[in-house]
Amino acid sequence: MNNVLIKTVNITKTYKVGEIDVPALKPVNLSIEKGEFVAIMGASGSGKSTLMNVLGCLDMPTSGEYILDGTGTGKMSKNEYAAIRNKKIGFVFQGFNLLPRTTAIENVELPLMYDRLGKANNVRKQAEAALIKVGLEGRMTHIPSQLSGGQQQRVAIARALVNQPPLILADEPTGNLDSRTSVEVFLLFQKLNEEGITIVMVTHEREFAAFAKRIVEMRDGRVIKDTVIKNRLNAEEELKKISYETSIS
Amino acid sequence: MKIKTIFRVAAKSIMKSRMRSLLTALGIIIGVSAVVVMVAVGDGAQLKVENQIASLGSNLIIITPGTSSAGGIRGGAGSFNKFTLEDAEKIKAEATLIKGVSPLVRSGGQVIGGSGNWFTQIQGVTEDYLDIRSWGLESGDFFTEKDIKTRAKVCVLGSEVVKNLFPNEDPVGKQIRIKNVPFKVIGVLKSKGQTSVGTSNDDIVLAPSKTVLDRLSGGRFISSIQVSAVSTEKSAAAQAELKAIMREAHNLSRGEEDDFTIKDQTDLAETATETSRVLTYLLASVAGVSLIVGGIGIMNIMLVSVTERTREIGIRLSVGARASDILIQFLTEAIVLSFSGGIIGILLSFIVAFILNNYTDQTAYIRPEIVMLAFGFAGGIGVFFGFYPARKAARLNPIDALRYE
Ligand SMILES: Nc1ncnc2c1ncn2[C@@H]1O[C@H](COP(=O)(O)OP(=O)(O)OP(=O)(O)O)[C@@H](O)[C@H]1O
Ligand SMILES: [Mg+2]
Repeated sequence: MNNVLIKTVNITKTYKVGEIDVPALKPVNLSIEKGEFVAIMGASGSGKSTLMNVLGCLDMPTSGEYILDGTGTGKMSKNEYAAIRNKKIGFVFQGFNLLPRTTAIENVELPLMYDRLGKANNVRKQAEAALIKVGLEGRMTHIPSQLSGGQQQRVAIARALVNQPPLILADEPTGNLDSRTSVEVFLLFQKLNEEGITIVMVTHEREFAAFAKRIVEMRDGRVIKDTVIKNRLNAEEELKKISYETSIS
Repeated sequence: MKIKTIFRVAAKSIMKSRMRSLLTALGIIIGVSAVVVMVAVGDGAQLKVENQIASLGSNLIIITPGTSSAGGIRGGAGSFNKFTLEDAEKIKAEATLIKGVSPLVRSGGQVIGGSGNWFTQIQGVTEDYLDIRSWGLESGDFFTEKDIKTRAKVCVLGSEVVKNLFPNEDPVGKQIRIKNVPFKVIGVLKSKGQTSVGTSNDDIVLAPSKTVLDRLSGGRFISSIQVSAVSTEKSAAAQAELKAIMREAHNLSRGEEDDFTIKDQTDLAETATETSRVLTYLLASVAGVSLIVGGIGIMNIMLVSVTERTREIGIRLSVGARASDILIQFLTEAIVLSFSGGIIGILLSFIVAFILNNYTDQTAYIRPEIVMLAFGFAGGIGVFFGFYPARKAARLNPIDALRYE
């Protein structure tokens, strides 16, 4: 039985800045199975975001083949790409990327609106369920500017998981958050992972990477190290260790 | 997406950026209403002039002394005021294509009678004059051929003169003095309203031509000869006939130029409409400028919001929107905005036209094709500039749209 969700075969990505070629990925070969929780680490400029964007079908590789869930993406049409982004992948950005002046619940409804196959009837219910899952049942009609950074990121996570994708990709999801809020986000990821969702995230902090099951390290557009985490941290326990000053909202 | 969803998303998006939407719509509102109102005012003025010309009289032909050849006044001294009553009489005797002819002798003077005195215009004419000018009497009678022959001292008053001299009584049968000559009032003219230059047609006293010539203007020359052709179709032929008669009357030899000018209603209409047409063009160009300014405003607002909107498009693409979803949404938004702006603009121009027509001297006449033109143009600008940047953004990779700045 084929359990591989993500497989990249010699994918490269070269940005063209004027006349100059900037190679951001120099063949990357990576394989991630269903149910994994992978942390991607590496110095700034090592190509982590570039890789995530390719994995998230937000950008196309310059060469090589990206196989997602057993299907090659190279020859797909733009609409097929859109369907993959909609159904198979939930992407969480460092900068949240929520629609401004739009309520949390409407932001979360967005992927359902573009779901051509799904039953569009219980859109509101599904969005509510996703927001409850991330602990924002009390903030559904708030707009992003009325929410804290951690709350905004949780709205973004609710949006990523509302269409029940098998894969969640997160590029420095806690890059703009303090450590306590970060741990809360990782707790959410660990829960989702336990439910069977595959998670790939980028992080700069080695201590946060320890919440994952596997660390992939990059340097200069290549994977240089790939290790399984032995002493995995449990976010719930870590959260208890942090002294309470404010209650979880 | 369902159509209902599409409109809901568009409506939400419009409401979310109220200022931008308002300014966009405002550009269209101002563009549309400015064009419609200005052109309507111009058209109204033109219509008014046309109506006045129609009221001049049917098949009217006016013969005046002097030439109208290009280069201004020609013919030298003596070519003016060369018309005499004999000219008019010769026309009456010889012309076959005319219904009536009347000399016109102008004089001005103080009229005393009734409750006071009044300075007005006195015109000496013959019995045909009322027919020629399609004029009628309010009361009393007009003078007859016999009155003219006998140089009777009778007159007919315009309604404006009656208003000033006999505000509370019937002037018919009363005696008045014009330049100290006693006249008997035998009739009152129907009111004709204003002339195209804004003066009153009714501030006038009509008297027999010979009486005016002998007693009031003191000379033998007349100002013009007024003729009515038998029909509009025969007007050109009648003018040719009149020309021949006048040349003979003035003993003009073959090579000599006419020392008179013959004008018919169309010529008069042309001069008058020309003026109002210039006004229409002027107003239309001002309106055109405001339409362009409104259009530039719309472009400006749309282009300024491109960064924000491109990021929005990036977000939508990243959660699975197709390029076509984005296009439909932005097109719907632009159409809703432009159309509501256009409709408000049209309503506004109808309100302004109503106010002009009912509370001012201006007449505004709204032509449907101008409404369509303004609506189409402003709407087109709104749709294009709402849609075009979105089309560009929807074709980007999601990540490029998200990074756009
Ligand atoms: N849009 C772009 N155009 C040109 N060059 C780019 C672009 N995006 C990234 N690069 C270049 O590609 C390389 C990899 O960038 P990338 O964003 O993937 O790094 P990263 O590992 O995510 O870094 P960080 O940890 O700082 O986010 C860098 O050298 C960067 O300058
Ligand atoms: Mg990065």
